Amino acid sequence: MTGAQILIESLKRAGTEVMFGYPGGQVLPIFDSLYDADIKFILVRHEQGAAHAADGYARATGKVGVCLATSGPGATNLVTGIANAYMDSVPMVAITGQVKTHLIGNDAFQEADVTGITRPITKHNYLVKDIKDLSRIIFEAFYIASTGRPGSVLVDIPLDIQNQETDFVWPQEADIRSYKPTYFGHPGQIKKSAKLIAGSKKPLIYSGGGVITSGAHQVLRSLAEKIQSPVTTTLMGMGSFPDTHRLSLGMLGMHGTAYANHAIMQADLIIAVGARFDDRVTGRIDAFAPYAKVIHIDIDPATISKNIRVDVPIVGDAKNILGELLEQLKKTPDVTAWLKEIEALKKKYPLKYKDGQKIKPQYVIEQIYEATRGEAIITTEVGQNQMWACQWYKYTCPRTFISSGGLGTMGFGFPAAMGAKVGCPDKVVFDIAGDGSIQMNIQELATCVANKINVKVAILNNGCLGMVRQWQELFYKKRYSYTSITSPDFVKLAESYGACGIRVTKKEEVRPAIDKSLALDNTVLIDFRIEPQENVYPMVPAGEAINQMLDGLA
Amino acid sequence: MRHTISVLVENKFGVLARVAGLFSARGYNISSLAVSETMDPSISYMTIVVEAKDEKILEQIKKQLNKLIDVITVTDFTKREHVEKELVLIKINYSTRDKEKVGSVLSKYVAKIIQHKGDTAIIEAIGEQQQIKQLLENLNNLCGIKELLRTGKIAMAC
Repeated sequence: MTGAQILIESLKRAGTEVMFGYPGGQVLPIFDSLYDADIKFILVRHEQGAAHAADGYARATGKVGVCLATSGPGATNLVTGIANAYMDSVPMVAITGQVKTHLIGNDAFQEADVTGITRPITKHNYLVKDIKDLSRIIFEAFYIASTGRPGSVLVDIPLDIQNQETDFVWPQEADIRSYKPTYFGHPGQIKKSAKLIAGSKKPLIYSGGGVITSGAHQVLRSLAEKIQSPVTTTLMGMGSFPDTHRLSLGMLGMHGTAYANHAIMQADLIIAVGARFDDRVTGRIDAFAPYAKVIHIDIDPATISKNIRVDVPIVGDAKNILGELLEQLKKTPDVTAWLKEIEALKKKYPLKYKDGQKIKPQYVIEQIYEATRGEAIITTEVGQNQMWACQWYKYTCPRTFISSGGLGTMGFGFPAAMGAKVGCPDKVVFDIAGDGSIQMNIQELATCVANKINVKVAILNNGCLGMVRQWQELFYKKRYSYTSITSPDFVKLAESYGACGIRVTKKEEVRPAIDKSLALDNTVLIDFRIEPQENVYPMVPAGEAINQMLDGLA
Repeated sequence: MRHTISVLVENKFGVLARVAGLFSARGYNISSLAVSETMDPSISYMTIVVEAKDEKILEQIKKQLNKLIDVITVTDFTKREHVEKELVLIKINYSTRDKEKVGSVLSKYVAKIIQHKGDTAIIEAIGEQQQIKQLLENLNNLCGIKELLRTGKIAMAC
C-alpha cells in the first residue's frame, strides 16, 4: 500500500467516519485515496473552518474529530483551531501534508515547520520520516488524543512518504512507556474526601468540562442528590448538571450567576470535578472561597494546585472516582441550613434583565430555548453572545453546549455548529453569534449549503464588538476605540450563498422567525437587531473578588 | 533558587525542543543543559540547571515536563542527596616560567594541562560548581583566562 492508502486505512481502523478539510499540493496522494474511500469528507471553504468543525464534531459526539489540510498556509490556517481544541481538552487529530523529506528546511514552496509551530498547542505531534512508522503513528495519535486529558494531536506527512509503498500493519495495542494516564483515584484520598464531605456544613460541587469528557454526569448527579449539595458549573461544564435541577446554581465566574458566586465564597467545602480554577472563575485568587476546603478531582495532575491550594487532590477519571466516592460515603452531611441560605441567595440575586419594547438578546435566547424545548445543541461565538447563551438557555444534557472556553476564539461557533450537525444530524443545532464573530468564518455558509448541513444561526446584531465595547464603557471612560463595526446585509448574504436569511427588527417577530427557521429545511441566518446598549450582567471586574459583582440594573 | 532537574526522555528528534519550550514559554532561561544517550540508546538523559524566580512556576514546569509524551521521568535533585560534576576546558596564557605556579594551583583540583602550544595552554578540570568557580578565579588572577568552555552540570543519585 502507498503511504496515502495506509493513512486512509489507518483512519478507518481508528474509527474515523467523517473528516473536514481542504486539498492542496502536498496532500494530493491523500485526496486521491479519499476519492473512493468510505469516509465522508466535508470540503470546507477555509482550513480554520475545518479545524473548528472537527472540534465541534468531537464535542457533540465524544468521538475524535479529524481535519486535513495541505502544508504551509493550509496547516497554519488550522493553527487557531488546533489551539482551541487543545485548550478545551477536545480529542482531535489534524493531518497535514508536508513538502518532500529532502526539501524540509529548504524554504520549499508552501513549506512551514508545522510540528514546530504547533508544539506548544498540541498534546503531541509527529513528523512522519519513515513510511513504516505511519500506521503506528496514526494509531498513537488517536490513542493520545482521546485518552487521559484529551487534546489535539497533529501528524505531518511529507509528500514522498505519501507516495512510498510498504505493507500495512495495524498495531494491536498502544505501547507508549512514557504515557500512562491514571484512571483510578487513590483509595486513601477518596476515603479522606468522604470524611470531609460527611463533616461539611456547606458543600458545593464545582463541575467542569472533565465531567462531560469522562461521562460522569449521572454519577455526579447521584452524588449531588445524595449529599444535597448545590452544583455550579464552569462554562465548559454547562450540561454536566441540569440547569433545571433544584440544586443547580448555573454557571459561576466573571459572568456567572450572582448566587453561584456568593455561594462559592460561603462554602466550607468545594468538590471540584474536572475543572481547573481558571482566572475567569476564581476572580481575585487570594480572596477566592476563603472558608472552603477543596477536594480536587482531575485526570491531569498538572491542573491540581496550579491556581489554588488544594486539600485533597485526587488524580484520575472523574466517573471512576465519583463512583468510588459514592460507595465510600457512609454518612451524609446535614445541609438544611445551607440549602435555606442558597434559596435566599437565589431569591435575593436572581438572574435578570430589563425587558422592554426593543429586542433584548436575553429574550431572543429565551425564545430559542422555548422554541427548541431545550433540546437543541447550542454553539456560541465569543463575547457577549457567548455569555448570554450561558445565562439564558437551560442546558440539561452533556454535549449540548459547545463553546470556545479556554482560548476564546471568535469565529468558532458557526463551523463548530456545522461539525456538531454532521455528528448529530437528528438534532437541531443553533449557533448563537454576534455580528462581529459571525463574519470571521462566514464563508462556511457555502459548506453548509453544499453539504445540506442545516444549522441555524442567531446573530445578535448590535453593530459593535459588544464585549470589548462593554469593557470600554465600564473601564475606559466610554472611549469606544474601534469597536463599532459594519456588516453586510445578512439576509442577502445568506441568500447569495443559497441559505435563508431572516431579519428581525421587532420584538413580536422574534419567536415567529425562530419557528420559521426551524421549519425551513436549510441553513438559516437570523439577523436579530438587538438593543445595542445591552451589556452582560452580572459582571465581576477583572482582578476583583468573585462576589464583587456589578449587576448593571441599579 | 537554583534547581538541578534531570529528565529521562525518548531519544527522538524534537524532544529537546519540547522540553526547552516549556521553560522558554514561561520566560525561564536554562543556565546549563547536558544531554546524552544512556546505556539504552532509545533513552536520553538531560540535566537541566535553572534559576527559579518563582517556585510555583517551576513546580508547574516540572508537572508539564511529566505530561510531555516523550518524557519518561522527571527528578528534581535540589532537595535530594546527589553527586554532580561538570567538565570545563580553560584556555590560559601560559609560558614555562608559570609552570610551577600553575602546577601548584592545579594540584588542588581535579585539573591538568592537556595541551600546550606557544604561549597558550588548555586545562581540563572536573568538579562541582563551587570548586570550578574557585579554580577559575585563581587561574584568572594568576595568568588570565583567554577562553572557557563548560559542558554544563550532570547529576546523579544512588
